[in-house]
Amino acid sequence: MLHEIIIAGFGGQGILSMGQLLTYAGMIENKEVAWLPSYGPEMRGGTANCAVTVSDIPISSPVVSEPTAVIIMNKPSLIKFEPMVKPDGFILVNSSLVDQKVKRPDIKVYEIPANEIAEEMGNSRVAGNIMLGALQELTGVVSIDSMEETLKKVLPPHKHNLIPVNRQALEKGAEFVRSK
Amino acid sequence: MRKVFSKPASLSDKPFHYCPGCTHGIIHRLIAEVIDELNIKEEVIGIAPIGCAVFMYDYFDFDFLGGAHGRAPAVATGVKRVHPDKMVFTYQGDGDAAAIGTAEIVHAAARSEKITSLFINNAIYGMTGGQMAPTTLLGQESTTSPEGRSKEMAGYPIRLTEMLATLEGTVYAARVSVHDVKHIIQAKKVIKRAFEIQQKKVGFALVEVLSTCPTNWGLTPIEATKWLEQNMIPYYPLGEIKVPKEV
Amino acid sequence: MSKILMKGNEAFGEAAVLAGCKYFFGYPITPQSELPHYMAKRLPEVGGVFLQAESEIAAINMVYGAAGAGARVMTSSSGPGISLKMEGVSYLAGAELPAVLVNVVRGGPGLGNIAPAQSDYFQATKGGGHGDYRLIVLAPSSVQEIVDLTAKAFDLADQYMNPVMLLADGILGQMMEPVELKDIKPNIPAKPWAVNGMKGRAYRNLIVSVHIVAEDNEKFNLTLQAKYDKIFQNEVLYENYKMDDAEFVMVAYGSSARLAKGAVDKAREKGLKVGLIRPITLWPFPSERLAEAATTAKAFLTVEMSLGQMVEDVRLAVNGVKPVYLYTRTGGMVPVVKDIVVELEKIVQGGGK
Repeated sequence: MLHEIIIAGFGGQGILSMGQLLTYAGMIENKEVAWLPSYGPEMRGGTANCAVTVSDIPISSPVVSEPTAVIIMNKPSLIKFEPMVKPDGFILVNSSLVDQKVKRPDIKVYEIPANEIAEEMGNSRVAGNIMLGALQELTGVVSIDSMEETLKKVLPPHKHNLIPVNRQALEKGAEFVRSK
Repeated sequence: MRKVFSKPASLSDKPFHYCPGCTHGIIHRLIAEVIDELNIKEEVIGIAPIGCAVFMYDYFDFDFLGGAHGRAPAVATGVKRVHPDKMVFTYQGDGDAAAIGTAEIVHAAARSEKITSLFINNAIYGMTGGQMAPTTLLGQESTTSPEGRSKEMAGYPIRLTEMLATLEGTVYAARVSVHDVKHIIQAKKVIKRAFEIQQKKVGFALVEVLSTCPTNWGLTPIEATKWLEQNMIPYYPLGEIKVPKEV
Repeated sequence: MSKILMKGNEAFGEAAVLAGCKYFFGYPITPQSELPHYMAKRLPEVGGVFLQAESEIAAINMVYGAAGAGARVMTSSSGPGISLKMEGVSYLAGAELPAVLVNVVRGGPGLGNIAPAQSDYFQATKGGGHGDYRLIVLAPSSVQEIVDLTAKAFDLADQYMNPVMLLADGILGQMMEPVELKDIKPNIPAKPWAVNGMKGRAYRNLIVSVHIVAEDNEKFNLTLQAKYDKIFQNEVLYENYKMDDAEFVMVAYGSSARLAKGAVDKAREKGLKVGLIRPITLWPFPSERLAEAATTAKAFLTVEMSLGQMVEDVRLAVNGVKPVYLYTRTGGMVPVVKDIVVELEKIVQGGGK
């Protein structure tokens, strides 16, 4: 199975870290992985994106031009990446931050009010993990356990107290799309 | 019979190729004597310049590295960082240190590289044919300032030693001359001091040596020493500009 | 040994440290900055020195000094900075000193941009600096290969007493992939020629690149040529990807080769018999492999992120036997896999350019 995922939003939303979490978790599962941050003019003007490839076989191109799934964290990213999604692919839109609707009928659309869910949890900073939880539920790209394992490995010990809330956010995201 | 004079052990057997009356040979000998006296021949690594002294390594009998024009302080930095306990010195002319290599010498000084830097100022480019140097005096004729250096066209000669002395990293800065015996004796003391400072790992030590170029100045050797005394020393005053408390 | 996730730029650094490189001299420029950042943190841990120079010119001359002093030493930069370093590269080649340079290529000419490009191929493989010399040029195309080739670069530099360049681009520098730091060991030979003071030696060491008598310089250059011939005979590296039955052969290196592999896979799904030859050494160039492929292939397609530079070497190797086509994006633009496939389809139908 080849997952070619783009995560896109504003700088400061943790876009690049979200991609790294996914990538690292894929590596823990002994899958082939690659992570590539955005290049070109979109680096300026405050938008950020990264491409994550998770595959069972060696990855030929780490550059993703036809993503199997995208996570959209702001409106400019929706405009940019909606046309690129592979037919039948997934588009996960953080509807707390994006009011525009997806127009394409040939892709699977999920609107997730990630910031509102995060605030209900009492931690507005976990919106990204809510989106990742939804992505894993829909695509099975990596398991929540592997993502938790990743956090244990990459976070310094004094931040390990944040792992339970991050795991909870992943589960909330998964739950949200399960109930749709 | 008592031997009263001999060649320093740090010099090789090769005769100097310099023009009659050129003072590079004197300065080379002073360096060799200092290295003998400090007993550091087996510790020293010289960095040769581009210019008339490009082949200076032929006249010495210890390790040498020759690099690109102006870059000796950077090359010396590389050597010294690998061998912090060895003695590293650079030898650069005025074009080398005060024109093409200004960035390298300024920053080696700013980093206070623990090297000894010898700056030979003869107010002209010798090897390439008598062109104007950054230290050529106002009014001085050269092949690229045939009517004499004008401040309107070429600006003012650089006093590199004073300039570098303003940097915290330069711990020792002095200017000497080798146009007569008295000054040669004084120059040797100063050069020795600049090596001793390196032995004590105090920081960047710079000695500017005023030197003659009779060939490109169009003077006889004797006229050249007089020209140096009468024209260069007033603009480039001799003496120790900066001395660390360690010496 | 377990895998770790590393950025390409950091992988250069860690592999260098494991290979015994203790000295790094550099000057900041995007998109390679993670490498000096990594070295600034890492080298003091192994008793080495990271020094930020005042310019690329100074950095390469510090490399020259450290290499002459007998150390394993590295510098890195990107296009504009590499141009400045070319003076020192020529001196390293002329003095036959071992050193490793990394060029994380960006869009050019001039200031260009910081996006990935492959437009420094000519500079790397054809000279760049002055005089008759050759640089060994290695082109990794994954983070793992960055690790493997960085270690190899130090060994080649010491073995042949020649500077070695690792030619990457912004994609490889910024990309994260899992790597194994397989038993890289500092494989450093004795360096009796190094300038480190005469103590314990009956002779003095001298490192220069001047041969003032033309006859001597010619003789010296011929010894260089003999060395380069040996490198050409022994060190050519390339990868064959799905070449067994390939009728159409793509040629690409570095990041472009990753895209070309993607295009091979997609083209094969469509039933096109396409393969890829990926030069790993850009100098020495795998000319013989391409000449051999030309006996069976119907046509070649070179894919590059430049106006077409490596294509000249491909054409020299193929020597008119078969058509050689070119697909490029330039100025920091990255080819898209499906566009390469479209180009391949055109060639298969006899309409390439």
